[in-house]
Amino acid sequence: MPQFLKTFLRRPAGAVGLTLLALVTAMAIFAPLIYPASPWEMSGIPFSQPGENGMLMGADTLGRDIAAGVVHGARISIVIGIASTLTALLIGVTLGCVAGYAGGALDSAIVRFTEIFQTIPNFVLAILLVAILTPSIATIILAIGLVSWPPLARLTRAQVRSVSTREFVQAARCQGQSTLSVVVRHVLPNAISPIIVLGAMTVAAAILIEAALSFMGLGDPNYMSWGYMIGAGRTVIRQAWWMSVFPGLAILTTVIAINLVGEALNDALNPRISRA
Amino acid sequence: MKRRDFNTLLLSGLAVGATGLPNPWNDGMAYAQTEGGGLTALLTPEPPMLVLPLNQQQPTIVAGSKIYEGLLNFDFDLNPLPQLAASWEVSDDGLTYTFHLQRNVKWHDGEPFTAEDVVFSCQVMLMELHPRARGNFERCESITALDEHTVQFVLREPFAPFLKAFEAGSAPISPKHIYEGTDYANNPANDHPIGTGPFMFSEWVRGSHIHLVANPDYYIEGQPGLTEIYFRIVPDAASRSVAMESGEAQMSCWNDVEMFDVERLASLPHLTKTSQGYEFFSPLLWYEPNLRKEPFNDLRFRKAMMHLLDKSFIVERIMFGQAKAAVGPLCSTTPFFEPELPVYDTDVDQAKALLDEMGLTPDANGTRVSINFLVVPAGEMWTRLAEYFRQAMAAAGIEVTLVSTDMAGWGQAVSNWDFDMTNNLLYQNADPALGVARSYISTNIRQGVLFTNTEGYENPEVDRLFAEAAVAIDPAERQRLYSEVQQILVAELPVLWMAEQQYPTLYDSRLTDVIVTGTGVNGNFATARYA
Repeated sequence: MPQFLKTFLRRPAGAVGLTLLALVTAMAIFAPLIYPASPWEMSGIPFSQPGENGMLMGADTLGRDIAAGVVHGARISIVIGIASTLTALLIGVTLGCVAGYAGGALDSAIVRFTEIFQTIPNFVLAILLVAILTPSIATIILAIGLVSWPPLARLTRAQVRSVSTREFVQAARCQGQSTLSVVVRHVLPNAISPIIVLGAMTVAAAILIEAALSFMGLGDPNYMSWGYMIGAGRTVIRQAWWMSVFPGLAILTTVIAINLVGEALNDALNPRISRA
Repeated sequence: MKRRDFNTLLLSGLAVGATGLPNPWNDGMAYAQTEGGGLTALLTPEPPMLVLPLNQQQPTIVAGSKIYEGLLNFDFDLNPLPQLAASWEVSDDGLTYTFHLQRNVKWHDGEPFTAEDVVFSCQVMLMELHPRARGNFERCESITALDEHTVQFVLREPFAPFLKAFEAGSAPISPKHIYEGTDYANNPANDHPIGTGPFMFSEWVRGSHIHLVANPDYYIEGQPGLTEIYFRIVPDAASRSVAMESGEAQMSCWNDVEMFDVERLASLPHLTKTSQGYEFFSPLLWYEPNLRKEPFNDLRFRKAMMHLLDKSFIVERIMFGQAKAAVGPLCSTTPFFEPELPVYDTDVDQAKALLDEMGLTPDANGTRVSINFLVVPAGEMWTRLAEYFRQAMAAAGIEVTLVSTDMAGWGQAVSNWDFDMTNNLLYQNADPALGVARSYISTNIRQGVLFTNTEGYENPEVDRLFAEAAVAIDPAERQRLYSEVQQILVAELPVLWMAEQQYPTLYDSRLTDVIVTGTGVNGNFATARYA
């Protein structure tokens, strides 16, 4: 087993996080097998309590099965979490690399540009973008990606700046390798570890932003999501706690799992932490 | 703020704390009614102004109708009752309406109210400011003051529901001596509205409350029965419920309390619920197809959709019982309602048969046809209606994709006919000629204007029946024409009528004679008092 994986699994955070994450992922993958009917199906008796009428987590105000919603909601959360993080990585890492490697005026320009984005509150900008672009799964991914890249860009820039002054990078340059080749082959692989960790955290943040958007009614109305379920159930929380609590627990579990994995990754990828 | 005021405030806050009454606004003020019989009512959202002739939004009317009055009022069956007019006559040809005004009526600034004020309001001010009043008074050949207390309206041709035009919200009478010849919108008196009503404007603290006090010179002896009214503006629905529950507020109306919370509050011993008092408005909710598009232009498709929808599900589950299943284009509370109409049973097989007949057969995934649904962005109920529609249609293989937008986008799309299906809800305004015909007559297909015939329904026979019924004077004749038009519409389904919304009014059980007319909380509350 590679040293990295051993360190990762030896951390309790890593083991627990990975197990929980595997559970959520399995839920997302096997959702159509566990609950073949649409989670929107209004077949149950409205306001059924958890365990009543054959519904594990009860039913919502229209008789929809909460458990089916939670299981199907995992898909949308994970898809949006990963896709929007990839979008953010694409923007952030590209801009960070260019800024960090090129330096000078281009660097200043990119850093100022990044700062503009950092001064606007994430969530407010995401609401604005989704509202303007009309809510759908693609626009939500785009909006979350567009508000999540600045920290990734800054981190990448710092990493690239420090790595690109090393001797092996200078050696590669002396050999006449093209700039692209130097960056992609020598600089990035040596700068990537903290970016991976931050990327994992970004997935968690993206899931939270998606939940918040859906909660506010700005989700894609054609996909069941956890945030939507809480938003729809919140109005009757005094009469029916289960409508908001179960999807809430699902969000909590997923975000904690991803954060634990991120933390363990950080330890495993950090050469300065002892591997004893 | 002076220190003494501050101390009083602090003390009253402490007093509230000490008596254990939760104060949902956390502003340290006690708003419970005073010993003499004041009322604290909720008002949502905060109106832009209180000058009824200038603004007719719902909250403006609720608060403004205590200050301003109309010539007439209407009972629960929408028969006219006196307000500023003590009595009235309609000529046999239905062209001349003569109103004899109340004596001894004074404006809140002490000036006497006369027939000149009525002429000025109906002929000049409202014609410029009030779209609905303009539509009614445009029909007049002349509006004249016969003497100080008599006004005569002469119509060009008969218009059966003309008396309905004199309700306070439809034609609020305004003081001529204040508004004549001025820029209405910027008149300084707008900050301190002057009317003839049982309550006078006292104070408006923006974002907090509007305070009205009893009019000591009101023209009916012994009225008003309340000493003052506070309209509290509470933006959060949960806080409004708590205010009703704790007794901090003694009245809620329209949408103040969320539907799912109504029954819980109504069951509390100190609160009474009524759904009376909305007869004048009678809101009707429907699913609206765009008849210009495939497959909605096919009657069989509309029938299939009707067979797939379950009205009782909408009434019970989505509107939490605060509604009644609709049978056709008229609410059961609107005059000339025809109860004997064909019924579309909820029946998936019948729907499937109709779709098969159209040649819409299921593909490999069981999908027959895909349509879009424009979700009305006005809150939970509308979202649920859209979700229910999608599930109901799925039962017969109609795939529905929900499309979200904001309020402006919805108005834009619907008024410009750029939609497949959506929801809509319109007030019937006490007469089919005022609030129903507009949705079905082909002359009212007006691009860019909301609440017109946006579905694009055209039927010359329906046009003719509505036109004849509007000018017919004999009620029996009108009934015959409207019954016929209801039969045709239900057979042709220009829209899919679902429910008559029944707004709840909740009020303190000690209050009596609050909701006494068909305009309910939009009435003037002159008779309301504590038992």
